[in-house]
Amino acid sequence: MYTQAMDIPDDSGKKLAAVSNAPSDREAAFEARIDADGRIEPQDWMPEAYRRTLVRQISQHAHSEIVGMLPEGNWISRAPSLKRKAILIAKVQDEGGHGLYLYSAAETLGTSRDQMLEGLHSGKAKYSSIFNYPTLNWADVGVIGWLVDGAAIMNQVPLCRCSYGPYARAMVRVCKEESFHQRQGYEALLVMMKGTDEQRAMVQDAVNRYWWKCLAMFGPPDADSPHSAQGMRWGIKRISNDDLRQKFIDATVPQAKVLGVTLPDPDLKWNEARGHYDYGQIDWAEFWNTVEGNGPCNKERLATRVKAHNDGQWVRDAAQAYARKQKERALKEAA
Amino acid sequence: MNTPALKDWPLWEVFVRSKQGLEHKHCGSLHAADAAQALHMARDVYTRRQEGVSIWVVPSVAITASNPDDKGELFDPAADKIYRHPTFYEIPEEVGHM
Repeated sequence: MYTQAMDIPDDSGKKLAAVSNAPSDREAAFEARIDADGRIEPQDWMPEAYRRTLVRQISQHAHSEIVGMLPEGNWISRAPSLKRKAILIAKVQDEGGHGLYLYSAAETLGTSRDQMLEGLHSGKAKYSSIFNYPTLNWADVGVIGWLVDGAAIMNQVPLCRCSYGPYARAMVRVCKEESFHQRQGYEALLVMMKGTDEQRAMVQDAVNRYWWKCLAMFGPPDADSPHSAQGMRWGIKRISNDDLRQKFIDATVPQAKVLGVTLPDPDLKWNEARGHYDYGQIDWAEFWNTVEGNGPCNKERLATRVKAHNDGQWVRDAAQAYARKQKERALKEAA
Repeated sequence: MNTPALKDWPLWEVFVRSKQGLEHKHCGSLHAADAAQALHMARDVYTRRQEGVSIWVVPSVAITASNPDDKGELFDPAADKIYRHPTFYEIPEEVGHM
């Protein structure tokens, strides 16, 4: 799935050892490579700020994938058919896989898995706020696929060209899988729209609740996004928040029409002069309130995640003990 | 958060052969307690859509990598040896493909 809040400040990455004043020719070589749209690999010298920005962004992205399993995971046991259940399990498993690709990519920058998990579990690290809203009915699962993953794809496709090699490569794999996520959601909604009035009302209700949150996923307006310019300069970010948001809206309006739902924005209309849809005001106060931890599900999500991790402790310990035992046995046999 | 096991699970590099006849290609890394678990997890993480027919896992510490600072020393000497390429040689047209 995805993260919006990729330039939301948090504490991750701060603990990395600072590299002592690097010679300026290394810095010049780095800048030259960035200017030539080249790629940076883990062993290459990079400015500390570049490294920190990437650690923060990639780990927030990974956390979002992992926490993103929770709202949909809630529906696995309640999916309306075996087919939808199998699809949902596959999708949730994909999200877990995406988190793992991304944690690995972040580790190439010198942070560790347990450092990142500690950041998530202690609440210091951020993840996409979209997952701090509840999934109230089955249509929410379809809407998450269609709109939330749709917004994610908009954001993730340019990241495949990110200047940091391991991140870009992880994103190529993520994007390949993400397309199924969006299509299964849209298709599930199409089926509901062909059903009863009550089912259609459920879809509309889910769209009403998620539309504005999805627009906020692209992050604050460019004018209020202080990290954006530097991220663009470094080739970490390729397209600005507002431009991506516009792209998403322009792509989604016709899809909503085919589906037969109304997007809950009275200001949403085609602007011939701009060649884009105009749209209304996003409630940024609500967005920031949720980022700060006060959304409807922040506490529940984090508690569920921490519990899952703690409940899995014995499995990790057992695997470790087994590996140690096997090693000892092999040594004894060799002796 | 008490996660000693996680700290101790070593890192493995994963290589996947996408189909018979092709080489194994590096596709990512993961943490696992031992080689058997690493293979098992690599299957779940990197081959959910028939991306492979064979997997290698290698402890990351077992890989020796060239230093990027030596790039010039290592690879530049090949730059002026253009006679190592077939296009360096001019062959009369009537000889045809060679």
